Amino acid sequence: MEELRNRAKQLLEAKTVDVVIGYGETLNNKIKAVFIRKPEDAVKLVYDERCTQNLGVYLTKHEVKHFGKPAIVASVSTMRTVLQLCSEKQVKDDGVLVLGVTLEGKFLEFPTFKTVETFMEKGVQPIPAKDLELMAKIETMSLDERWAFWQEELQKCTKCYACRASCPMCYCNRCMVDYNQPQWISVPSTEIGNLEWHLMRAMHLAGRCVNCGECGRACPQEIPIHLLTFKASEEAQNQFGAVAGLSSTMPSTLSSWKPNDKENFIQ
Amino acid sequence: MEVFEPKIVAFVCNWCTYAGADLTGTSRIKYATNVKIIRFPCTGRIDFMLLMKALSNGADGIIVSGCHPNDCHYTSGNFHARRRWMMFRGVASYLGIDLRRITFSWVSAAEGAKWAEVVNKATDEITKLGPNEAYVKTAKKFQSMDN
Repeated sequence: MEELRNRAKQLLEAKTVDVVIGYGETLNNKIKAVFIRKPEDAVKLVYDERCTQNLGVYLTKHEVKHFGKPAIVASVSTMRTVLQLCSEKQVKDDGVLVLGVTLEGKFLEFPTFKTVETFMEKGVQPIPAKDLELMAKIETMSLDERWAFWQEELQKCTKCYACRASCPMCYCNRCMVDYNQPQWISVPSTEIGNLEWHLMRAMHLAGRCVNCGECGRACPQEIPIHLLTFKASEEAQNQFGAVAGLSSTMPSTLSSWKPNDKENFIQ
Repeated sequence: MEVFEPKIVAFVCNWCTYAGADLTGTSRIKYATNVKIIRFPCTGRIDFMLLMKALSNGADGIIVSGCHPNDCHYTSGNFHARRRWMMFRGVASYLGIDLRRITFSWVSAAEGAKWAEVVNKATDEITKLGPNEAYVKTAKKFQSMDN
């Protein structure tokens, strides 16, 4: 942690970056995102096991862009976020200084995105065992059971859109769910509207989701909605061999194609 | 007992399947009347949300059809669509949506007979499955709130 604070201070003093996006502590010992702009504030940075939020979500916010060049305290999933955002032209190549934290909790600084890519070759963050277990359970369910399972879960959804707000890949200026001409998805929280919203969210994140699981953590109703995007990632990997967030130049999975994409359902 | 006649919505591309369906008619081939054809510029234009809307508005089945690979009027629209459907089927079945109700096919402008075959096959299949009750019931619950 001292290492991180000192490095942040150095970077801000040398004006290599204008803002350090990291974790700080609130008055009641909760963790929140902090935006350090003065070297003397660097002591406010903390990093421990409570720091789970994917800070990549702030990189595309115009209030944060306004600060200037950022450095970001990044777990492995946040590093993937940065690469994916770069491949989608949302951050400039090497426009973000990545202060990485490895899976073992070691601090590593990445001066360029190329070095992040090299680091990613060693392997990405694993999916938590709890999620894998639930995913395996859903896979074994019959169609009706799956429908019942998701109806039960999704009826709790209040359409607060915390999943969207917490997702670093949901950066559209205007989300399709907010359109009312045509109205794609009903405004009130209805069963079918909730289903459509979560299906749409998974489809729009398909092949772009970096499996950080932030949407599931953000959900105030504790619906395992992150499993839907995990499933979409799995499909992208199995069917198209595409894994999001490993390269800063990867073409978008669903806006590219290969003539030999293999399917077995089209008559 | 009243015989169940499924309502099927067909989303077809203008250049191949729509022309193919036209050929079915001009060749005087008879096929099931359950299908309502909606013409699109290209399969690449057929968003998965259109399918969801069809289902929630009471369609029992859906057919999505367009040009064969390499025959797209816009070169690559159907390739994009193919990837989208490959992904959509994975996510939708994960949510418990019955994929047997959604038929995908490639029907060219010369395949009038194939179009009749696709429609008849889908109609038979969906007649066997019965009305899309689970979905419609869920959709109807709050319909008064929607409007």
